[in-house]
Amino acid sequence: MATQEQRTSIRWDYAPAPESPDHVRLRDSYGLFIEGEFTDPVDGTRVPSINPATEEVVAEVAFAGPGDLRRAVAAARAAQPGWAALSGLERGKYLFRVARLIQERARELAVVESMDGGKPIRESRDVDVPLAAAHFFHYAGWADKLSYGMGGRAVEPLGVAAQIVPWNFPLLMAAWKLAPALACGNTAVLKPAETTPVTALLLAEIVQEAELPPGVVSIVPGDGAAGAALVREPDIDKVAFTGSTAVGKDIQAALAGRGIPLTLELGGKSANIVFEDAALDQAVEGIVNGIFFNQGHVCCAGSRLLIQESVADTVVGKLWDRMGRLRVGDPLDKNTDVGAINSREQLERITSLVESGEEEGAVRRSVVCELPSRGFWFPPTLFTDVAPAHRIAAEEIFGPVVSVLTFRTQAEAIEKANSTPYGLAAGIWTDKGSKAFEVASALQAGVVWQNTYNHFDPSAAFGGYKESGFGREGGMAGLRPYLRVAS
Amino acid sequence: MSSRLPVRKTYKLFIGGAFVRSESGRYDRSGDFNIPRASRKDVRDAVAAARKASASWAGRTPYNRGQILYRFAEALESRAADIGAERSEVEAAIDVLVHYAGWTDKLQPVLGGINPVAAPFLSFSVPEPTGVVGIVAPDSPPLLGLIAELAPALAAGNTVVAVLSDERPLPGLDLGEVMGIADVPAGVVNLLSGRRAELVPVLAGHHALNAIVNATDSLTAEIDKLAAESVTRVRHTTPSESYADATSDPLSRLEALTELKTAWHPVGA
Repeated sequence: MATQEQRTSIRWDYAPAPESPDHVRLRDSYGLFIEGEFTDPVDGTRVPSINPATEEVVAEVAFAGPGDLRRAVAAARAAQPGWAALSGLERGKYLFRVARLIQERARELAVVESMDGGKPIRESRDVDVPLAAAHFFHYAGWADKLSYGMGGRAVEPLGVAAQIVPWNFPLLMAAWKLAPALACGNTAVLKPAETTPVTALLLAEIVQEAELPPGVVSIVPGDGAAGAALVREPDIDKVAFTGSTAVGKDIQAALAGRGIPLTLELGGKSANIVFEDAALDQAVEGIVNGIFFNQGHVCCAGSRLLIQESVADTVVGKLWDRMGRLRVGDPLDKNTDVGAINSREQLERITSLVESGEEEGAVRRSVVCELPSRGFWFPPTLFTDVAPAHRIAAEEIFGPVVSVLTFRTQAEAIEKANSTPYGLAAGIWTDKGSKAFEVASALQAGVVWQNTYNHFDPSAAFGGYKESGFGREGGMAGLRPYLRVAS
Repeated sequence: MSSRLPVRKTYKLFIGGAFVRSESGRYDRSGDFNIPRASRKDVRDAVAAARKASASWAGRTPYNRGQILYRFAEALESRAADIGAERSEVEAAIDVLVHYAGWTDKLQPVLGGINPVAAPFLSFSVPEPTGVVGIVAPDSPPLLGLIAELAPALAAGNTVVAVLSDERPLPGLDLGEVMGIADVPAGVVNLLSGRRAELVPVLAGHHALNAIVNATDSLTAEIDKLAAESVTRVRHTTPSESYADATSDPLSRLEALTELKTAWHPVGA
């Protein structure tokens, strides 16, 4: 009879099962989407968008210059009164159309998302794209019910919203930003991230197909400088940003004295807390999902694993064992668990933080796996013997790297979990209901998951405490940042 | 006739439930009284006191917080004649406290609820206090303007450090004594008199402060800039906002000082 070790050391191999990109209709080159048309940049540039798994060009994309941004803002300004004057039902019907078109083009969007950003097709197919459609569907239905969502108050749109989204969930974050803004009667200028603009441009095609009035949505790719310029545009009424805490602080300071409402969804160093009474095998799956989902490029990633001392060795053993079975590689392969790191720059950041962990004395274990020769890759990595003061325990790594800390009592777990300037998310693993409710209530985090992790829904508010930002996206609370109370 | 010499009041700052002089020993003259001129160190002490009181105040039941706010209203009513403000202003301030005493257990059903997620989870969102809130009180009306911003902060479960009116700090300082008899726990409200231009930047830039409400039209950009250093929430009352109806749009005041927490609990195995 095989021992436990022999049984679990069986190497499961799968034949390659790549999703075919044949049905994808990508243009060689995309212009800026302004006033309902793809246009050449007046003072921008054209930049190739790279597939991080192959380093091949996905498409060439126009990046906006200052004049282009001004054009987009002017188009949004011109379109706003007409958009706000539509009945809520009619506005909603446009958004329902967008939701439906995302569903119709779901497969194509998923493949392109994985090509442009490096995330496994399983995630873009099962999470990013369906949730993006669901988000539009949810807010479409709010468009004619706004005052109900605002405690009965009479409300009006803010005007022109400048929106900046990150590279980790390019299409989904665009949906999180655009859907509530548009439902509330605002027009929007969206800047996708530098390394992942392509699905946002496919969304621009969908906006065209849905026949939204020109100028209601503009999509203007660009780098960080373009984002900085966009929030400094004089004729905007709202800024919404998802990205790093450092850039969020810059934006908040840049808006000082301008009276422009701001939503910030920033970084995190979220605690994933495993109690001794948890179902440990289930917890290990949740830990894996918490930190290796999307290569750890997740603002709410469970990057600080807090394990109760009595089960720490067991959990770390099971986790390490499970990590050895993660399939790292081709994002388009349907069996892939961990895809490519989004960019060379991000790979360098992860590498440098992991090196600091070793230098500061933590013990590193990285999965030994065959990584493709081209592209940007980082093996799933586990740190033990981590002190709370280590950089890997305090700073956001935004990669497939988990730091393990231990605790003895519930009070210590809560204190350690809250001992960070961040406050985005947390996980709790226990089968005791009353304990889960008590701990969830004590954690300073905008989202708390019990016996699950990285679960999202358009009806459930998402956003941070403390330096993880302010304002909420999703659900009824997601309307507030895009409305003012009518005077 | 009567030759009795009246007993004058010594005005003090209110920090951590205690009446204290400014640690700097400085004072200003206001009418017939010497008013303590708080220092930057006093601001830091007040924030520390508010931070210390935060968990316990936030952890009280909404019913209990409501009763304390109502008790605050009762105490102010009984002391109305002793507050250095117009009677009508004091009465309006009392009504504001009564209004927000009733908000403590309404906030959660109005702002939160169960999220109808498409998965087997009980997902709900609840408002929680932001934490420690700074208030920059207006010069006019000095008492009502302060209470109109203080009451929602307390109702939502926050603790407060208030910088009182530069020009008319007396009614605010009188309020400390009212709170002394109103069961408002020590450190939940801290009151500082002094120079706004000196105190507010220290308050706005303090990293243990979670939110700041500026009810003046001064220092706007400076507050914003300092708040950005630690992603502090900022609410400026708009210039058009008068205190003629001090309970108008209470929900906007309350929600600016709350954080929405979404919890997901599994349903089934």
